[in-house]
Amino acid sequence: MTEKAFIIQSSPHFQDKDSVPKIMLTVIISLLPAVAASVYFFRLRAIGLYVSCLLACYVTEAIFLWVRKKPFQSLWDGSVMITGLLLAMTLPPTLSLELAVIGSVVAVAIGKQVFGGLGHNIFNPALVGRAFLQTAFPVAMITWLPPATLAVDTATYATPLGNLKFQEAVVQGTLTPIKQLFWGNTGGCIGETSAIALLLGALLLLTKKTIDWRIPAGILLALTAFTGIFWLAGPDRYASPAFHILAGGLLIGAFYMATDMVTSPIHPKGTWIYALGIGIMVGLVRLFGGFAEGMMYSILFMNTFVPLLNRTFRPHILGERRKTS
Amino acid sequence: MKTKTFPRGIHPPEGKGSTNEKRLEFLSPPEKVVIPLHQHFGNPAEPLVKKGEEVFLGQKIGEATSLFSASVHASVSGKVLSVDGHNHPLGKPVLSVTLANDGEDRMHPEWEETEDPLALEPDQIRKKVKDAGIVGLGGAAFPTSVKITPPKDKPIDTVIINGCECEPILTADYRLMMEYPDEILKGAELVRIATGADRILVGIEDNKKKAFDLLQQKAAPYSADVFLLKTKYPQGAEKNLIYALLGREVPREGLPFDVGVVVQNVGTAKAVWDAAKTGKPLYERALTVSGDGVKEPKNLIVRIGTPFQVVTDSCGGLSKDVNMIIMGGPMMGLSQWALDVPVVKGTSGILAWSSPKPITEFSCIRCGRCIEHCPMGLVPTQLMKYVKYEQLSDAENWGALDCVECGSCQYSCPAKIPLVHWIRLGKSQIMSQKRKKSAK
Repeated sequence: MTEKAFIIQSSPHFQDKDSVPKIMLTVIISLLPAVAASVYFFRLRAIGLYVSCLLACYVTEAIFLWVRKKPFQSLWDGSVMITGLLLAMTLPPTLSLELAVIGSVVAVAIGKQVFGGLGHNIFNPALVGRAFLQTAFPVAMITWLPPATLAVDTATYATPLGNLKFQEAVVQGTLTPIKQLFWGNTGGCIGETSAIALLLGALLLLTKKTIDWRIPAGILLALTAFTGIFWLAGPDRYASPAFHILAGGLLIGAFYMATDMVTSPIHPKGTWIYALGIGIMVGLVRLFGGFAEGMMYSILFMNTFVPLLNRTFRPHILGERRKTS
Repeated sequence: MKTKTFPRGIHPPEGKGSTNEKRLEFLSPPEKVVIPLHQHFGNPAEPLVKKGEEVFLGQKIGEATSLFSASVHASVSGKVLSVDGHNHPLGKPVLSVTLANDGEDRMHPEWEETEDPLALEPDQIRKKVKDAGIVGLGGAAFPTSVKITPPKDKPIDTVIINGCECEPILTADYRLMMEYPDEILKGAELVRIATGADRILVGIEDNKKKAFDLLQQKAAPYSADVFLLKTKYPQGAEKNLIYALLGREVPREGLPFDVGVVVQNVGTAKAVWDAAKTGKPLYERALTVSGDGVKEPKNLIVRIGTPFQVVTDSCGGLSKDVNMIIMGGPMMGLSQWALDVPVVKGTSGILAWSSPKPITEFSCIRCGRCIEHCPMGLVPTQLMKYVKYEQLSDAENWGALDCVECGSCQYSCPAKIPLVHWIRLGKSQIMSQKRKKSAK
């Protein structure tokens, strides 16, 4: 035979340069403006939450990979960092660091690794961690602080949505102004307050097509329609859709959490159902539920439908039905 | 002008620049050729010659004994050195005739010229095509005589001439269109006569605008319309091309016959004309030798049976770091482990480059890009999972057998999952299950 043997591989022999770590890196970069905003508004408390969440997530992931005898590559693909960042961003600034660590362990262990690691989880890991904290430590999870930039002389502070729900802010005329929500100079989970920072990152995700535009579009559409109807019927009792979009975790959820590729549908039809479902449910919870905010539970709830949606909808196979020209 | 196209697909780097403007050169036949008796879709041909026999150029040395087969002809004149197994680009040894070239290209005396091939009857055209051993030169090597014999109950109205050459890097079809436009159009006309179609449509991607202009200028006398198609892979895949040009969907598991269409590659059309006009059998073909590892990339017309080594040597040889040799295009071509294999009728290109270390595979993150790009409307990631977990009936229901293995899914997969490989495995498992069932 000839002196040199060549590589044998199955076609195709060309591959696009994009890869899972690159996608994850894009998401991380897109989160940076909001991370910066949270540090600006909540200072050391924000930094503490980020450090403890990231450390705890990485350690948990590493332990699980070691126990499951899996390669350590998923430590470097960026997915753990996203989970850690997103979890920290959705925690209140008052939360003690031990609880942040507990939430992180649950997020990675129960949210991701028990399903088999990256790509196999049903629920968004960060939200699983957050939901656990909300259930186990309900008081700690709704104790808020005003941002460091706001000169208010109170130990605790209500979020714009809490204010709306429990203090009849519309009737009292104390609703947080849209401008404040837009810049993020208000109370809330550390990463959710600044709409402008979140939208900046979202722009990157949308232009690089890292996320499916249908998901935020569907959520915003459904929420606008739902809250819009009530607002038009009774502007003296209900907040406007613009308020609902900018307040609370709506934007961070719609652009960064509901869009998690692993836990959202793959077919456009399924994606629309999923996104509209989230939007309507958020509206329902905010207007009629017991909680001030419904984003987390709405996403988790619709996550459960994803396997079903993926099995129900599939594209039209070429030649499936006959066309005549 | 508005270009036609099909839904989905991908845009891989074209890489055609290094050979686009290089004219086709005739590669002088080597001292020894190895001609496999199985170079086509279907059954192998039966050998007609024995060791020691003298053969003419173009003499039939392998006979197609069944319908789905094609005859094989000597590509040089000279002496039969052996008739035995030899490495084949498809990866396993195939019964092959090795000829020592006497360098004289003595033509077979039975070649017959036809004064006016366009006056031939359909049956006569079919016979000439069959005698010439013509197969589809786009790569699949399906016997052309079968393709131009539509079943009685399936009337054909359109012949499509495929000038897409959507595979990156390859430029041989483009050169054929630029240098042999009349032969291609006349060959298309013969196919039209043989199939009883009313019209000819030629489809060319818009990165080959010059070829489009040239063919359009020449098309008038042949009831042919030339169309510009969007440059997108796999524009030249039969079913997608039919959809792009006519909006007709070939039914699942069906053939172009079912929608009244016959598709022929430009090279095949030229071969049909040559066979009808001069009686010349298919013993040479155009191909592109290119890729970063080839010192002087070229478009060549090469005798069938020429070893790859001879072809690459004629292109200045390969650079030292080459570790991949591909027969065909980068998307659907077959990787070769050695250069001792011969050029066969399906060799549309010989590519060489140095391949970087493969990137680690990740878990599927369900990004959906494979679905976004699959030209057949499949869900490759789901098919991969069904095959992996041996749920073959699910794989079949979700269209595994509709996969044309174009590679668009795997190209766009950020997790670098060998999707095509999984689906191919599933297809072969489903087929073998079916065979077992029908055997019972």
